[in-house]
Amino acid sequence: MAVTKVVMPKLSEAMETGKLLRWLKQEGDRVSGGDIIAEIETDKADIELEAFGSGVLRKLLVGPGASVPVGQLIAVIADPDEDIGALASAAPAGGPAPSAVGAPPAPAPAAAAAGAPPPGPAAAAPAPPRPAASPAPAREPAADGGPAPGAQPAPPPGPPSAAAPPAGPPVVSPGRLRASPLARNVARQAGLDLAQVTGTGPGGRIVQRDVQAALAARSAAVAAPAAPPRVPAAAPPAGPETEEVPLTQIRAAIARQMIQSKAPVPHFYVTAEIAMDRAVALRGELQALPGAPKLTFTDLIVRACAVALGRHPGINASFAGDRLRRHRAVHIGIAVALDDGLITPVLRDCDRKSLFQIAAESRDLIERTRARKLRQPELSGATFSISNLGMFPVEEFSAIINPPEGAILAVGAILDKPVVVDGRLAVGKRMRVTLSCDHRVMDGAMGARFLADLKATLEAPLALLA
Amino acid sequence: MPGERFDAVVVGSGPGGYVAAIRAAQLGRRVAVVEADRPGGICLNWGCIPTKALLRNAEVLQLFQRAGEFGVSLEGLRADYAVAHARSRQVAERMSRGVEYLFRKRQITLIPGRGTLLAPGAVRVAAADGSARTVEAAAVVLATGARPKSLPGVAIDGVRVISSDEALRLDRVPPSIVVIGAGAVGVEFADVFASYGTQVTVVEALPRLLPLEDEEISRHLARSFAKRKIDVRAGARVQSVRAGGDAVRVEIEHEGQAARLEAAMVLMAVGRGANTGDLGLEALGVTVARGFVQVSPRMETSVPGVYAIGDVAGPPLLAHKASAEGIVAAEALAGAAPGPLDYRAVPSCTYCHPQVASLGLTEAQARADGRAVRVGRYMFVANGKAQALGEPEGLVKIVAAGDTGEILGVHVIGAEATELIAELALGKTLEATVEEVGRTIHAHPTMAEAVMEAALDAMGEAIHL
Repeated sequence: MAVTKVVMPKLSEAMETGKLLRWLKQEGDRVSGGDIIAEIETDKADIELEAFGSGVLRKLLVGPGASVPVGQLIAVIADPDEDIGALASAAPAGGPAPSAVGAPPAPAPAAAAAGAPPPGPAAAAPAPPRPAASPAPAREPAADGGPAPGAQPAPPPGPPSAAAPPAGPPVVSPGRLRASPLARNVARQAGLDLAQVTGTGPGGRIVQRDVQAALAARSAAVAAPAAPPRVPAAAPPAGPETEEVPLTQIRAAIARQMIQSKAPVPHFYVTAEIAMDRAVALRGELQALPGAPKLTFTDLIVRACAVALGRHPGINASFAGDRLRRHRAVHIGIAVALDDGLITPVLRDCDRKSLFQIAAESRDLIERTRARKLRQPELSGATFSISNLGMFPVEEFSAIINPPEGAILAVGAILDKPVVVDGRLAVGKRMRVTLSCDHRVMDGAMGARFLADLKATLEAPLALLA
Repeated sequence: MPGERFDAVVVGSGPGGYVAAIRAAQLGRRVAVVEADRPGGICLNWGCIPTKALLRNAEVLQLFQRAGEFGVSLEGLRADYAVAHARSRQVAERMSRGVEYLFRKRQITLIPGRGTLLAPGAVRVAAADGSARTVEAAAVVLATGARPKSLPGVAIDGVRVISSDEALRLDRVPPSIVVIGAGAVGVEFADVFASYGTQVTVVEALPRLLPLEDEEISRHLARSFAKRKIDVRAGARVQSVRAGGDAVRVEIEHEGQAARLEAAMVLMAVGRGANTGDLGLEALGVTVARGFVQVSPRMETSVPGVYAIGDVAGPPLLAHKASAEGIVAAEALAGAAPGPLDYRAVPSCTYCHPQVASLGLTEAQARADGRAVRVGRYMFVANGKAQALGEPEGLVKIVAAGDTGEILGVHVIGAEATELIAELALGKTLEATVEEVGRTIHAHPTMAEAVMEAALDAMGEAIHL
């Protein structure tokens, strides 16, 4: 079998994508090793791409002008009668793929396929034509090991493959987690989701040092570290039109932590509107009781969430690499806005605390948060979070999940709204809440059921006193 | 001669230098290697390879001495050390020619002579005939190795007081020898000489044989050496070494008492010092600390474009560590971004009988780290292949992290220990835990099954125990 996969070569250390300028050979042309088949533009220069194998240029997988991540399959050279169906459909065919430009790890679907084994006996039957854009249903790769996802040019057939220098940081393929057994064990014990870890081992494999680095970053983000904040490389140049404000430590920590969430955690959002008339009335009555602590709507919502989470263990859960971790305890993080950022202290065991207990403890927690007098255990360990912007004229918003939590509830203001009651227009107090969910942990219906339960609890709020 | 220009010039052609040169050539670089002696360095010419040939002779001889166990009768068994020596030289010569062949194949220019750094990118080569030339290159790799050290005040005269260099040149064994130093070199020569009938005394300042190995391994080796009538004085301080006309006197202090040893020769095996002198390092500002050239994880010294690898760049002083560093340096100078070496995964082998091989932490070191440790052991006496071979001595010991099962250390003593360690070096590099090693299907019957059983034992699941 003589199939040569032509991949976007890594031509300089910093190169992450290359632009295909033009094909110098066309589909069906016969090529032999050393022929120049294309021109490629890199960040440094235009470079001629040589064929490493001989045969017929069977398939061109990207068109002129396309920017392609290093390691992605761009063409297939094979014998005229070789079945290349699986390979050829493995990459998005034709046309530029501008989406990959500048996206650092560039998880192009084809990157995984480029490293997949070439079709063997299993693919002997002519592969049915597939929609060109769909990623190939590549053979389920082994959990670990297997060829590196296209980080290197296809090996030349003759001289040893050593001619190419080893690739730098490799392309990470999506949908597949390559991690050493030790890295998995360390991550599992620390409750770290491996999907949030960037692998630096061969082929992007996650190794122990990567997990340790991620754990260090996680604790640094929580504890607002002493490390000097770095200005992101992408920031526009400073000039008279702009003012440079150095990042405070907390701002830098938030920046790191949020990227660690939004990039790897696939968010989805479920919104519901809750009638708060009775909750508003209940709060008024409770506040009027002699000796009652100050009671906020956040306290009511915390208690309601605790009740609902107890009934929906799938929401009170985290993604843990190769498993889901359901938390028996209900620890709720309450986002507290500060002048220069945001801290989410944790109110522990909310399911086992009365409303008044929650009110008293959260008030203390929030006061100490503003005074920056929190203790370390109060800063981590939440299983769910609530962010309430109801004190602002915010009708609704969505929040970013704080990993490894599986969900966060964003709470808008309680507004007077025209509502229909028994067929007649009336004024009701309405509050919109949006649940951000980690799709790896839960699905839409689960989020919807949780919100329905939360809504029912807040709309019949005497249960909060139980 | 006018200056010649290369992409890289490697000073020294030992297992660090020649591997760096070949890797750089593979990556398309024009490479020159400067070597004052035969290609291959100490390892091929005066170290690893010839000593392994001698140790094989010792092993064959020991096996013949046990022939009766196998029902083979021998009469008039005679062992000719001169032949053993000649064989060791042949083996070394063959390996050195192999390096020359590899250089030719890769079009690497071998420049005979002694190299000195003139400037970053310029090496002066002084040939044996007194001529000199300057070789220029974008990158210079220092791979000058190390040489035997002695104790303060003790001169190696090469006759009565010798180092491993002279020991490998002996074509007959002395009637008696005091080996000072019980590291790999000392223990291996003690083994060879004792096999050929020399009365051997080993003196070690630290409290045990192979003091860097796990204590359990040292104890095991000490029992084995005692059976072979090798006199071991561990925890002994050498007070003086005096060479006379036909004998050497060594005064030691051992267990609080002064003792005098007398032998035909003394072998100094107290370690090796890096060859950093006469290289022009100071003039260029290359940082040297504690006797070794300081390098970054990509093996670059404090002067950009000047790399250092192998013994000259620091411990462990092992050929395979030098080769691995050579590959890192070659890839770095070729513009790639090689990953850093994991020095915890560098195996260490001693080819005495029984052989000793290890990597990572000893049990005591692991416990001193304060972490929960699980130790798995398997004795070869319970291994079918070892019994069939008549080699039931020794064990495999795995030190693992109690929480994650990480392989922290591996210690093997017994037949083929030095081959068995490769499996666990791979496991360590791939970050396998004891679970993966224990669940790997090992062929039966093999010595390697003991590795699997030791891993299972670390999990409390050994089958044949």
